[in-house]
Amino acid sequence: MEGLLVALATLAAATVFGFAWRLRQGRMADRGGPVLTADDIGAELGERATLVQFSTAFCQPCRATRRVLAEVTAMVPGVRHVEIDAESRLELVRELGVLRTPTVLVLDAAGTIVRRAAGLPGKADVIAALGLAVRNGRS
Amino acid sequence: MQVDPRALRFSAAITTSVLALVLVTGNVWLLGAQALLFALGVAGVSPFRPVFQRLVKSPPKELEDAAPPRFAQAVGLVFTVVGIVGYVVQVTPLAVGATAVALFAAFLNAAFGFCLGCEMYLIIRRLTPAATR
Repeated sequence: MEGLLVALATLAAATVFGFAWRLRQGRMADRGGPVLTADDIGAELGERATLVQFSTAFCQPCRATRRVLAEVTAMVPGVRHVEIDAESRLELVRELGVLRTPTVLVLDAAGTIVRRAAGLPGKADVIAALGLAVRNGRS
Repeated sequence: MQVDPRALRFSAAITTSVLALVLVTGNVWLLGAQALLFALGVAGVSPFRPVFQRLVKSPPKELEDAAPPRFAQAVGLVFTVVGIVGYVVQVTPLAVGATAVALFAAFLNAAFGFCLGCEMYLIIRRLTPAATR
């Protein structure tokens, strides 16, 4: 009887968690702040904006994220997509508080983090965040 | 190696049923069987693949890398082994707790396609400062 209750409670909790995760997945959050340099990300910054993707070897949605970011990069001139292996840059990962992969940072031309998303982001959301980053660089 | 993500979710659904049954019956042998299935999964063997292939004929929309789910199976194996120890030494909170965590993860995988075990990877790596490459 007790076991049945535990099983039902676990499934209920997992259902709530699952829907919450689905809602938050890949949402671009306004958690900007620190400025990243070319040294930090191990590559040149994009002319107008940079999409930084943290990945690991055991990350399911990283491949789809790579594809979305590559598509957007091809569409918008002056934007660079930089992928960082989180495992090889644990210090940076801790500093930025990256808990999940993929985590996508949207940087403006100066390297300031404008938007940030954990999980697979939607293409439209990435484009919108890029628009913001490019505007940011101009003002 | 590449795998059909639908086959992964199919076997996660079976895992969910087995683990729920373990909680209801408290049968440690059943949990042992699940541990064996996880161990096979880590080794890259899926005993349910032939069943899935018989049921589903259509080709997958896309394939997925096999490494993340294999890592997650290893995480599942750790939890089921802890659960087995709990049932054997009759520490109920340990037995039920570990089994419930495994059930939580298996259900998320089956119902939402979300791999909780995979998400653990970076967190584990972050917590092991000595293990830098």
